[in-house]
This record gives sequence, C-alpha cells and structure tokens, in this order.
Amino acid sequence: MSSKRTVQFKIYRYDPDRDDKPYMQDISVELEESDKKLLDALVRLKAKDDTLSFRRSCREGVCGSDAMNINGKNGLACLTAMENLAEPITIRPLPGLPVIRDVIVDMTQFFKQYHSIKPYLVNNDPAPERERLQSPEDREELNGLYECILCACCSTSCPSFWWNPDKFVGPAGLLAAYRFLADTRDQATSERLDNLEDPYRLFRCHSIMNCVDVCPKGLNPTKAIGKIKDMMVRRAV
Amino acid sequence: MKVAKHTFDAVIVGAGGAGLRAALQLSEAGLKTAVLTKVFPTRSHTVAAQGGVAASLGNSTEDNWHWHMYDTVKGSDWLGDQDAIEFMVKKANEVVVELEHYGMPFDRTDNGKIYQRPFGGHSQNYGQTPVSRSCAAADRTGHAMLHALYQRNVRANTQFFVEWMAMDLIRNTDGDVLGVTAMEMETGEVSIFHAKATIFATGGAGRIYYSSTNAFINTGDGVGMAARAGIPLEDMEFWQFHPTGVAGAGVLITEGVRGEGGILRNASGERFMERYAPNLKDLASRDVVSRSMVTEINEGRGCGSEKDHVLLDITHLSPETINKRLPGIREISIQFAGVDPIKAPIPVVPTCHYQMGGIPTNYKGQVVVPKDGNPNVPVAGFYAAGECACASVHGANRLGTNSLLDLLVFGKAAGETVVNDFKSGQLTLKPLPDNAADVSLARIARLETQTNGEDVHEVRLDMQRTMQKHAGVFRFADILKEGVTKILQVAERAKTTQIKDKSKVWNTARTEALELDNLIEVAKATMISAEARKESRGAHVRDDAIDCAETPNGRDDKNWLKHTLWYSEGNRLDYKPVNLQPLSPEVEPIALAKRTY
Repeated sequence: MSSKRTVQFKIYRYDPDRDDKPYMQDISVELEESDKKLLDALVRLKAKDDTLSFRRSCREGVCGSDAMNINGKNGLACLTAMENLAEPITIRPLPGLPVIRDVIVDMTQFFKQYHSIKPYLVNNDPAPERERLQSPEDREELNGLYECILCACCSTSCPSFWWNPDKFVGPAGLLAAYRFLADTRDQATSERLDNLEDPYRLFRCHSIMNCVDVCPKGLNPTKAIGKIKDMMVRRAV
Repeated sequence: MKVAKHTFDAVIVGAGGAGLRAALQLSEAGLKTAVLTKVFPTRSHTVAAQGGVAASLGNSTEDNWHWHMYDTVKGSDWLGDQDAIEFMVKKANEVVVELEHYGMPFDRTDNGKIYQRPFGGHSQNYGQTPVSRSCAAADRTGHAMLHALYQRNVRANTQFFVEWMAMDLIRNTDGDVLGVTAMEMETGEVSIFHAKATIFATGGAGRIYYSSTNAFINTGDGVGMAARAGIPLEDMEFWQFHPTGVAGAGVLITEGVRGEGGILRNASGERFMERYAPNLKDLASRDVVSRSMVTEINEGRGCGSEKDHVLLDITHLSPETINKRLPGIREISIQFAGVDPIKAPIPVVPTCHYQMGGIPTNYKGQVVVPKDGNPNVPVAGFYAAGECACASVHGANRLGTNSLLDLLVFGKAAGETVVNDFKSGQLTLKPLPDNAADVSLARIARLETQTNGEDVHEVRLDMQRTMQKHAGVFRFADILKEGVTKILQVAERAKTTQIKDKSKVWNTARTEALELDNLIEVAKATMISAEARKESRGAHVRDDAIDCAETPNGRDDKNWLKHTLWYSEGNRLDYKPVNLQPLSPEVEPIALAKRTY
C-alpha cells in the first residue's frame, strides 16, 4: 500500500545575495502520508533543498508566521490542506510588501500601521486592587476582534493598502483599533477616533472585503471598520 | 568578519511571556533595554497556551494560596523547591490582576469577575475536590496574554531587535556574564550585545522529541547557550508528556477540555481514569493521566485500527458551551483530526509538551551554580525566567496553568531583581574580553566551510527518534543505557553538520544548524540525567523502581530527593538538595507523602 504521492510546485525564489532578479522555480516533492498541510510539504521540500526560505513556527494557525500567497490567495501554510490545492501549487510572497528573500517579506510597514493605532488599553483611573469588572455581554463585544494573529493576510490582500501602505491603516490595524474602542475598560475613545479621522487612515476602506475572504481566523475586519465609521458619524451629530 | 557592538543596561533574550514581562519591568523603570527575539514577539510559543493561568482568586469556588501551594508541591512529587513555590502561588493574584489591567480579555463570570475553570491536579482543601483556579480567555489564554503583554510593551516603548538570533553567552574569566552575541537574520551579521545584566527567557526545547506539541522555534536556545558556557542544567530528566496531543499531528488539545467536563475513553468506551485516579479522575495530574493512557494502549484497549490512541469525548457537552468555552479546540480538532468534537470524540495520545528542568535559578530569577561548597551561588549579571529556567517550582511534574503563572511571576521577579541591583549600583559594565565573539564567528565559519558533513535535517530526526524511543513516558534501565550511547553518537555527528545555503540573507538553513547545536545539549542532558536517576518520580518513571512502603510509587526519597545538575563538559553529573523549607517561617512545609489522586 503506497500512499506516497508526488506534488508539483511553482515557487517564487529570490536570494538578493545570489540572484539578479526573482524567478519562479518548478520543483516537485514526494509526500509522506502524514504530510496533510501545505506547511508539511514545504518542510519536506526544504529537507531536499535547504535554500528555500520561509517563516514558520507554531504549525497550528495561532502564531501567524507562515502567511503566504497560495494559488493566488493569501493564507497560512499550516492551515491549508494539501488535498484542496490545484497543481502546480503556486507559492508567492504576500503581495504589496517588499520581498527580502523567497517568500519572506519585510513587514515593517504592516507593523508600523498596527502600532499607529495605539494598540494598548488606556485607562487612567488608579488601578484597583482586584480586576476591573466587565459583564459577560460587554466582554462578548471583543469576540471576533482580539483573536487576530497579525499574519497580514488581510492587509496584503487589500487594494487600498497596496496603493497607500504608508497612509491607510489597513484592515488588521483597524480591527485592532476597534478591539480597543469596543472595550468597556478603555477610556480613549475620542482620541482613538481623532487618530483615525483622516481621508486615508480609515476612509480608504471601500468595503471590497478581500480581508474577510482571506482571514485564516474567520474574522471580519470590514464589519469592525463599519462600526468605527458609525462611531465617527454618531459623534459628529 | 567585522563585529558591531551594542551597549545596554540590560539585554533580554526571548520575547515570549517571561521575556515580555521582564522587559516591562525594565522599560518602565527607565533602564536602557534590548529585547532580542528570533521571531516577532507575538509569534513566541506562549501564544499557543490554551487553558488558562492559575491564581487562587476564588471567583467561582472557594480558594486560597495554601491549597495552591499544596497542589503544586504534590504535583512536583516533592522535587519542587518550597520557597520558590510559596513565592509563586502568593504572587499569582497580583500578576493576573495586573494583566487584566493591561487589557487582557479574560472571560467573565456573571458578576463581571475573571472566569475560572477546573484544571488537572488543582484542588480544594488539600486534594479533596476539584477547584476552579484556571483564569481563562476562552481556550486562547496564551494568545490573549502574549498580545496584552506585547501591547503593554509598545506603550512602554520597549526596544526590540526582531528576528535576531542569540548565539552564545559571553563570560569573563571570573565567570561573570557580560551579554550575548547575536545574528541578525536578515543580514547574517553577528553583533555583540554588551550589558550589565543578561536575562534569558528563551523557552523550552520540546523539539528534542519526535512527537511534540511545541512550535518549530522551541529549540532550547538559552538552555544550550548556558550549557556550552559552563552553566549546569537542572533536572533535565523531567519532561512533561501532555495527555492530549492530537493523534498523529501532535497539536495540543488543552486540559481545559477536561476542565469543562471532557472524558477520556478507551476502545470499549470505558471512562478508564476512574480506575487510576478514583478521586480526581480525568483531572488527575498530567503525568498520571499520560501513564494511564499509555497503559490502556499497551494492554490492547487503545482505539482505531492500530489501537494506538484513546478518545477525548465532549459530545455530552452542549454545542453552546463548546463554542463559547472551547472554540479554538473545535477549530484545531476539525483542522488536524478531521473531527467535529460536537459530534464525535477526538483521537489523542500523550505528546511531549514541557521542560520542567532548565537553567538553575532562585526565586528572584538569579541564575545560581555550585561554588565553594554552596550549591546556589548567583552568577553575576545572569538571570533567567520561564520555561528555560528551573526555579524550581515544577519539580518532577508541572500542573497545568502553572506555566503561564511561572512566566509572569518569575519574569517580573527577574525584572525587579535587575532593577534593584541596577539602582543599588551593584550592576556594572565589566570590560569585554578581546575574543568575545570568537566562538560565534567560528561556528559560522565552520558551517561556511564544512565538507563531507552531516545533513542537519537527518541528524535532528535521529536525535528526535532516539529521544522518543529511549526517554519516553515509561523508561527502562537497559533502554536508557542504550539511549546514552546513541545520543552521544548523534551529538558527534552534529559537530560536522553541513548546509548547502551559503547566502547571508535570511539563511534559515544556517539558523536550523545553529538551533541543532542547542537541541543537542538538551538531548544529552536529558538522556544522561534520566539514565542516572534510579527511581520513579513525577514524569520520570522507570521499570526497575519498585512500589513498596519504603519507596512509594518507586520514589526513593532516601537516595533521590535531590536536584540533578548536568554539566556539558565531560557530561558530568552533580546533585544539590531540594529546598523543603517555605520562604516564610510561619508557613508549614508540605510533608512528604505518597502521591495519589
């Protein structure tokens, strides 16, 4: 009984130390039965050719390291089932960010936008001895927001982010912004809205919803952005 | 090669829970601090913790730190140091409440307090009934915690060196620690980080085993660096096999599943834990549950066509509870086991999960080594916290939820100790030796020029298979002995690893070769320490240790109530006493007793 099968890949390769320009490499690999996910296959490929470079860590979809463009769609290699992928499996780096090597991109701009929304709780009251109380209903408002793993699948699938990565916060950063706006313990609502009241930072979102389509955690940044826009409107009237 | 030099008050290696908690202490005190991390901070393995963090808040059932202390000492099979354990359980409420103030999105009780669930080995009234002590954010507690800690560090303007891999510890001839060398992964350049204080928070080395819940990055870098620099490693024979890794994939299924009412069943559907732990049943301590599962499998009561796993059943819980309290588990189960736990039980096997041993420290986070007859002399300038350290609070077996507590309490303690030592003027910038980077440069040069060498992937695989076969859940005298010979052979091969990738830019082949050097130190320490310990205690259970009145469960307190210390040089073993005395004179020691659940 042989369950081994050979799979064809087309992988974006670029090593600035060696290559003048990027190229697509055709390569195949024989998989073991236990190689269920794309990450398993990439690790198997790397055992064959150690020059193939990609980030990876938890292999269970919670650290956000192995985001890449898989057959034209952003996703996490560790959560992508091999059986669903058409061959040759085309692997490219996340679009819109500078490539450092192979599928490893420079995420500086992505994190700069995340940091720009002040991603931390602001509460200037003296800290009580015990926990601040929050009702289960108020806590539920954070579901679908706090689970983001900062993999950048969403922001790098967003045309508005491609055009203006320095000015538009992008879906990941805006989801985080709403995570703090929605937290009953946070006191910086008006500062947070001021920070986003700008033709680019928030309002470049045109509800294309690519972010929702690719999020490996099933989150909905477009909905969160809509809620921020609602808050802007409400405070204007 | 030119070597740049950076100077800081303190350098922290690792940006998981312990590193971030320590960094916060230093940044907020105004120390010039560098945090080196080989992955972006929120990708550290703390992110994968699921079930919760222990604190005797008593939000849904009566609780106090005395009970928590008893459970932890008993869980450790009396190998934990009672001063450090008292320190940890007493600080639990404070560090958990702090996190809540930082914004961590804990689940809530109806009256708005932090939600708590039962967990294995945690009890009320000294072992009587399960207690709800695990503070949880659904089944994503580690993720919620790591992000909250990172966010707080953003607020504190902590300076991170992201995707820098620390390579070697720098010591002077007196043995004082002066910092580390590190490689920037994007450029391949090596730098020296010269500091008054060096804190290791590099996590565990769960990747020494073939089947592990651990991330790829868990390669014991700090532990390996310390060992190569002459620091002994403590109690490395003690590894936790988590009862519920997904069969085949190894991905973790939290004990919180059993905390919420999940039941382990064998092939005939029997709730077998009732036979092994009549009182706490499925919520007995992890070592006990893992051994019971392996016994069921070995005696032919395993499930599936190969009878090689058991089943974790939550089909009797309501879909609402599963979706609210265990949403991540449902996701993992569907992804990696192909099973929706609302409809069918999850196939699980014990899987390597946690390193109880590590770099020896005291409860203040100072690294301590034997010197002039004193077993615990601090190494000037060197601190450690979290899974890489051994305080020792977990002893021979860690209780679930005590790891997140460990990294908060001792990350903070190490940070506080550094701040105090800094303010009192005890920390000074000592001159660097001329050859401070030579060892690291030589390691890189060897990889550049090695010919006819060994394949990194193959050597790592052989190490992992050797560890799995020779130092698993149950251990056997002759197999351990054979394991020592084999692991030393693998270690020899690791000295001549060869890589094809010669690029300076993001050379992951080189990173993996350097990581293997660290893994190998841990693997040797584990096998040699395990072979030498001729008793059963906690997670270390051998066939030749007899259960009788004098040695209950095979535990030999007369000869083996002591910590192992393994030195890399010459694979030398030494031992030091366990501290059975709590920190405060008014706290009664937890007296030695046979461990049953």
